[in-house]
Amino acid sequence: MNTLAAPGPLTKKFITPGIIVLILLAFNGLAFVLARLLLGIGAVTNLSDQYPWGLWIGVDVAAGVALAAGGFTSAALGHVMHREDYHAIVRPALLTAMLGYTFVALAVVIDIGRWYYVWHPLIMWNGSSPLFEVGMCVMIYATVLYIEFLPIVTERFMGRVHLKGILSHLTKPLESLLRTLDRTLAKTMFLFIIAGIVLSTLHQSSLGTLMIIAGPKMHPLWQTPILPLLFLLSAVSVGFPMVIFESLLASRSFGLKPEMSILSKLGTMVAPLLGIYLAFKVGDMVIRETFVYLTKPTTESVMFVLEVVLGVVIPLRMFLSRSVVRSPLGLFIASSLVILGVLLNRINSFIVAYTPPYSFTAYFPSIGEISVTIGFVSLLILAYRLLVKVFPIISVQQKHVTPSTKYSIRGSMK
Amino acid sequence: MATRRDFLRTACLAAATASVTDVALGASSKIPSADRMGVLCDLTACVGCRSCEAACKKDHGLPTDSNSLATNRSYPPERRRPSPESLTVVNEYKSLNDESRPTYVKVQCMHCDYPACESACIVGAISKRESGPVVWDGDKCIGCRYCMVACPFQIPSFQYDTALKPDIVKCDFCVHRTSAGRVPACVEICPVEALTYGRRSALIEVARRKIENYPDRYRNHIYGEFEAGGTSWLYLANADFKEFQFPDLKRDPMPGTTESIQHGIFAYFVPPLSLYSLLGGLMWITKKRKEAEEEMAE
Repeated sequence: MNTLAAPGPLTKKFITPGIIVLILLAFNGLAFVLARLLLGIGAVTNLSDQYPWGLWIGVDVAAGVALAAGGFTSAALGHVMHREDYHAIVRPALLTAMLGYTFVALAVVIDIGRWYYVWHPLIMWNGSSPLFEVGMCVMIYATVLYIEFLPIVTERFMGRVHLKGILSHLTKPLESLLRTLDRTLAKTMFLFIIAGIVLSTLHQSSLGTLMIIAGPKMHPLWQTPILPLLFLLSAVSVGFPMVIFESLLASRSFGLKPEMSILSKLGTMVAPLLGIYLAFKVGDMVIRETFVYLTKPTTESVMFVLEVVLGVVIPLRMFLSRSVVRSPLGLFIASSLVILGVLLNRINSFIVAYTPPYSFTAYFPSIGEISVTIGFVSLLILAYRLLVKVFPIISVQQKHVTPSTKYSIRGSMK
Repeated sequence: MATRRDFLRTACLAAATASVTDVALGASSKIPSADRMGVLCDLTACVGCRSCEAACKKDHGLPTDSNSLATNRSYPPERRRPSPESLTVVNEYKSLNDESRPTYVKVQCMHCDYPACESACIVGAISKRESGPVVWDGDKCIGCRYCMVACPFQIPSFQYDTALKPDIVKCDFCVHRTSAGRVPACVEICPVEALTYGRRSALIEVARRKIENYPDRYRNHIYGEFEAGGTSWLYLANADFKEFQFPDLKRDPMPGTTESIQHGIFAYFVPPLSLYSLLGGLMWITKKRKEAEEEMAE
């Protein structure tokens, strides 16, 4: 029988000592953002003519987009494959993706020199540029994610609009607006869900295409024409681990029981996906004979081995083990390793592999760059915590209460 | 409740809107004009006076310091690169056999025939003119610096210390002069005619004849004739170009691989639309199966 509970707003208090630390980190990051806006990119970052892209593009943008892949992979599972047993993870994954893309966009805005021209790609097109494609897809996909989130907003406020004072006569129109919105979205949501998945496959892969044009400036261990495929495969395989990681963290933080029945089943799907990724990664290395670069202990070779062994091979073995998949700690460690692997891969592809022909000083991110990255991550966590308190996102399993109606995502094709 | 017809109708509508917006063809599919201009730089002739650096600065209104004056013949031990203050720099390379006769190498934008920067630019702010120059459009540029990542010669420079409107800065081949029938400032000033401005095809002929007539003086290699698909600036030297830190590039244009991937993915939007329909079909089938299962259960 159905044991799923409907998602509801969480009631746990917002402020905890951990939250205060996050708020301080967020303010520290924002201070450096302000400095960047007032003094220029050179004042805050270690970027130079030799290394035009650094931490903000490698981590905030490239890794950020990859780690938000839980949104489209869980949408594919829950809505396209109609696996309703997974619906409890669709909303948290959607929220993470929505916030993730919001912060990716913010990172892009502060990294580009003329941030107020960020809208230029909308009207100034260059079809041969993979960056143009990534930019367009990310902008459209972020919009799609906001649209996918709207039913949660209507669900929260429908029938609960009570405006006071002079605004009271707005109650009725607002209420009917919500209802119309809800009805329209219910009928058309499947279009956005499919569009979201198509857009994701497009830009997840094109993020890999970005570095191909750098040609010999990119270390042969990572420079391959199948880079877009590797980026897509790694994004797909990090989707579920990210959902598991985040669900376990949220359960712990909010004092809920981890939803092991769903998470274990998700966990069993990770190994085949990681296996495919590893097969392509190793196959590519064998065909291009790049393993010769692994014989010498350089920064590149060490980072490559770390990325593949720590981030792919070990978690692959872990996800194949039944006892690991059934234990919350095992799942958490295995998922964290996959996430670390993808994070390392994006850092390697965009920063470590980039070896300009005329380099005077090696690049290492400045305190300002690191502060902004940490600040954005803190802000993301704070926004997540705030939103799950306001909106019905996380399903709480209540004792002795069997939900009478099955929860179904509004707007999936009926 | 959405019916199957609704689904098909809306899906077709989405498909139609997507297909009318076609994507522009990439840079590497354009064939460069046969009359494009170039510069032949003879490194065996250059005496390292750096007049070209000074002339370039004067012509572009860039700040001059004591280090960039033509009268200053001293070369810093660290080799310089073009920067927002210097569109071109000359570096000294001492020969291992004969220290008294160094080679001087002028560095500036090579003005590729198939520019990686043009192909990469997110807003199409960089373009190859028919007459040869690769120029930057400050009204479009958003400052993403992808051109710098793409450039195999590591040429574009960025104003990192400008807060509000930083520029991408690089040699513009003096378009303001050449379009008025004058030669580039560096070519005009060169006292030893190490720089020759002319139609690129003619310059290659000149270079070939030089190599033929003085085989002891020149290495049989015109750098830029084929590198990265060919460049407007061409170099002749008396030694392997690797000694002067020229990047060792293949003959294929830099944007080739990227553009074949991009055009493969977006071939008239067929692949994304196919994926869209496939997912839609899958969604519909699993829904029907689910409904059938539920009916069976009841």
